[in-house]
Amino acid sequence: MAEWFQDNGLLLGLALLDGLSSAGLIFLVAVGLNLVFGVLRIVNVAHGSLYAIGAYSAASIGIFAGSLGLPDWASIPALFLSAALVGAVLGPLIERFLLRRIYAQEEVVQLLVTFALFMILEDVQKLVWGVQPIENRVAMQLLGNTDVPFGADFIPYTNYQLFLLPGVAIVTLVGLAWFLRRTLTGRVIVAVTTDREAASAMGIDAAKIYLLTFTFGAMLAALGGALSSPTAALVPGIGAQTIVLSFAVVATAGLGRIEGAALTSLMMGLGRSIAVYFEPELEVVVPYIIMVLVLLVRPQGLFGVAETRRV
Amino acid sequence: MSTTQDPPRDPMARPARLMKRYEPILAILLAAAMITAAILAPWLRFVLTIALAKGIAVLGILLLLRAGQVSFGHAIYIAFGAYVVAFLAPTVNDAALLLALAAVGAGLLGLVIGAFVTRYRQIFFGMLNLAMSMVFYSLLEKLYAITKGSDGIRVEIMPIAGQALDRVAYEWVIFGIALGIALVVAILLRLYLSSPMGEALAGIKTRETRLEFMGVPARGVLLSAYVMSAVVGGIGGALIALTSRHVTPQLAYWTSSGELVFIAILGGAGGVLGPFLGAATYELVRIYAAASFADAWQMILGAVLLLVILFAPGGLWGMAARAIGGRGR
Repeated sequence: MAEWFQDNGLLLGLALLDGLSSAGLIFLVAVGLNLVFGVLRIVNVAHGSLYAIGAYSAASIGIFAGSLGLPDWASIPALFLSAALVGAVLGPLIERFLLRRIYAQEEVVQLLVTFALFMILEDVQKLVWGVQPIENRVAMQLLGNTDVPFGADFIPYTNYQLFLLPGVAIVTLVGLAWFLRRTLTGRVIVAVTTDREAASAMGIDAAKIYLLTFTFGAMLAALGGALSSPTAALVPGIGAQTIVLSFAVVATAGLGRIEGAALTSLMMGLGRSIAVYFEPELEVVVPYIIMVLVLLVRPQGLFGVAETRRV
Repeated sequence: MSTTQDPPRDPMARPARLMKRYEPILAILLAAAMITAAILAPWLRFVLTIALAKGIAVLGILLLLRAGQVSFGHAIYIAFGAYVVAFLAPTVNDAALLLALAAVGAGLLGLVIGAFVTRYRQIFFGMLNLAMSMVFYSLLEKLYAITKGSDGIRVEIMPIAGQALDRVAYEWVIFGIALGIALVVAILLRLYLSSPMGEALAGIKTRETRLEFMGVPARGVLLSAYVMSAVVGGIGGALIALTSRHVTPQLAYWTSSGELVFIAILGGAGGVLGPFLGAATYELVRIYAAASFADAWQMILGAVLLLVILFAPGGLWGMAARAIGGRGR
């Protein structure tokens, strides 16, 4: 065992760091999906497209800002700004003109509507940004590196992935928990999630809450994409990859508690990055293995509450 | 949610009943139209064989939809059937035998996976199926030594039931086999759906608990439907492999599973002809869109799907039902 650590310790350290930063991104996307499903009861397949569009927009806006001669530090607020923009434009558009028409429909139909939207947005994204990889790493380079002590050695790691990504995820987690439990709007959202009909009967404007939640969920997806854009080159297909991973997180965590999504994201992020370094073939499989194991033991998900059986 | 709602009354009930009576005639007409099209334009023969293969697989989706469950991972059975053909073709070297093997193999895989996933309902059922198919996809893609990864495996033309054939004859026979299997499976499924087992399946959608109060083992009913859906998926996949003669992991990707649900809804879940109507339309729109707008074919398909869902509930089958129902009034 000790010998193994001697040989693989650094790899393990790198895997842990990678896992932490990717868990942050996974959490941002998955918690948005979870929130939207909780309130609208729609599994939004197009959530992955919002992630991809968020990433591409952030890269484009960043490159544009650079061409205007704006200072490098502007690239970081630009990431958040572009995410807010994507969410604020696409969110209401999708909810108002598409989802609102199908709330009364069957679950299959709702799923398929968002799948159709995914197909459309996937091509929109290819038409706008093309199929060549797009890169804009300014934000990551700007923040520099830190030597992370690990045992006797140091691992050089980017501050962007070490502090900014997990930091944003933690702020989102804490902020969201506070928002949902301590503010009026947040409590109304929880009320609608728990019992839509009773909430409406109490005079809650469900339509407004739906619009608000969907827009907020869209912003979170776009934020995940935007923050991921400085760490890797953007290629078509990132939306499709992201959404299946987020599905796995949401189903594993169970519906409701956002802390569940955070813990699951951490498990899957770490599991995946450990696989990358030690068994690369398993990388894509690990999240699903975790999901299947969790659901075998807890059929309603880690933090989900079992539904009462209808008679 | 603690409140319960009965499903809304189906406005399509009367046209649907009428359609049930016309179904055999429409099936013959559809088959005749497909044969005519395949004779007139040889390239359509290929497209329609694929459409028939997908239609057969979508019949399985239809079965699960009857129970109110959506599988977002049924492409695993298509891919499994296709890879059975690709792996065993060098040793078995007979298309008819390979079809049977693919059906049995997919059925066994369906039994194993089904025993697990039928414990779950709704989103968990859908997502677990998705997970299974994505695991299979990753294995196909990563185990390059066995599967040749995303390059895929070529399938050569092979004898059918002991008869060696040239390319054109081979393609015709596969088309004929696909049409024959489609008819047989559609008839069997129609009988199944109107049998007590089939009716119990619909009971899972409305009130599963009541079903169990009556002594019907709901999970067993769903599992048997699931295995059947896996078998037809395997057959569809084997036919696709025999027709396109090239299998890739893409067959198992989640978007391929979405495509199957897409076809089911496009065709309409009302009758066993819906999947074939849907699959033929889907493939033709896809071919034309890809030829005319190479970068936007997905967008066109997505738009078609949205239009159907928003303005033609019940899919193409429902549209046909309204047309016939309207005339009968």
